[in-house]
Amino acid sequence: MIDTDVLIVGAGPTGLFCAHQLGIIGLKCEIVDNLDKLGGQCIELYPDKPIYDIPAIPECTGQELTNNLIEQIKPFNFKSHLSDRVQEIKNENNRWIVKTSKGKEFLTTNIIIAGGVGSFEPRKFPTKNCEKFEGKSVLYSIKDKTIFKDKSVVIFGGGDSALDWAIELSKNSKVTLVHRRDEFRGAPSSVEKVKELQKKKQLDVLTKFSIKDVKGNGLLESVEIKGDDGEIKTINTDYVLGFFGLIMQLGPILEWGLNVDKKLIPVNTENFETNKKGIFAIGDICFYPGKLKLILSGFHEGALAARGCFKYSRPNEKYKLEFTTTSKAVKNRLGVKE
Amino acid sequence: MVKIKYIEHNGNQHEIEVSNGLSVMEGAVQNDIPGIDADCGGGMACATCHVYVKEDWFNKLPKKTEGEDDMLDQAYEPRSSSRLSCQIIVSDDLNGLVVHLPEKQV
Repeated sequence: MIDTDVLIVGAGPTGLFCAHQLGIIGLKCEIVDNLDKLGGQCIELYPDKPIYDIPAIPECTGQELTNNLIEQIKPFNFKSHLSDRVQEIKNENNRWIVKTSKGKEFLTTNIIIAGGVGSFEPRKFPTKNCEKFEGKSVLYSIKDKTIFKDKSVVIFGGGDSALDWAIELSKNSKVTLVHRRDEFRGAPSSVEKVKELQKKKQLDVLTKFSIKDVKGNGLLESVEIKGDDGEIKTINTDYVLGFFGLIMQLGPILEWGLNVDKKLIPVNTENFETNKKGIFAIGDICFYPGKLKLILSGFHEGALAARGCFKYSRPNEKYKLEFTTTSKAVKNRLGVKE
Repeated sequence: MVKIKYIEHNGNQHEIEVSNGLSVMEGAVQNDIPGIDADCGGGMACATCHVYVKEDWFNKLPKKTEGEDDMLDQAYEPRSSSRLSCQIIVSDDLNGLVVHLPEKQV
């Protein structure tokens, strides 16, 4: 069990800057995020889009903002736990035991939820029957590509993941790529490659088709697709893969008794604590009168929540505001040499 | 102010007045119309304000900009009549617009 002062749920800009504030005041923290990298929405949804409203930074992209925040918290050596999601919490002797979906356990005095709109998960097929085969022959990500060798695979989607996998798997499998419209949104070089493979008959491409149903008795046998014009085709296949990007789901946090309303957690504006002692919420996920869903508001909320955590983690100490410009203790924590 | 009708998947209809300059998504969110999530807040970065617009109105709407179709690929059950409601900006020309909401957004 990992013992810490604070567990931060969500590694977007708000969670990362909050970690910085915790480091500055001398608290330990661990960060959990369901994505495989730090940065949250900034890195997943708009890494290349310029942001113009970060104080004192006239313009930066989501990627640059994330890189700078990571750089800023480096001195503290905080550990992040990626591709993992918080699952259950339990209160014991005024501390929280938190379990993740991968089975990690934390013992923490405070939890700071900086979860945005929820954790990113793959968007699934709308077809009910797909659930029966999910994880076996209907997949939304690939962990081991060797399972497809000499099998037939139908891939749905029009973005880079769909194209890249169609190209890769066509080497050793019979691949059909199905997309709902004529244009593909992947990299131009991948689109070219797909067209070339299609010409050489190493890859089947069907556009203006969407999934209708999957059939099979225990094992997947075929997939039915429906065209824009109503035409229905049946393709016999061993695997069906869907690459429709990621959606955001709040998940288990909904079950924590935090009075979640419209995907938001109510908090006070003194330290952004929720209705539960030692659980704070900051950034896009929190709600209070006047709340603005801006990154800069998340920074402020994180700074105050960090001081709220101090009260619980150091009950016998009085919090004293120290400036990074003058405080020796703070400079030590930052590893700055005098 | 123009009138816009939002029809939920279950047939429930909501006719509301939306100010010019707002998006069809904002009109829904500000009036608590169920069925529009708008997770990213209007940044064309998710596909959870997805609506269907029947042909008569679809052709009258300002055309999709680059990127909207890419996001729609990631919507729940997209069709050729799909739009992202955050990208439809309300103007006098849209008075009487009818949008149909999908069964769900995620």
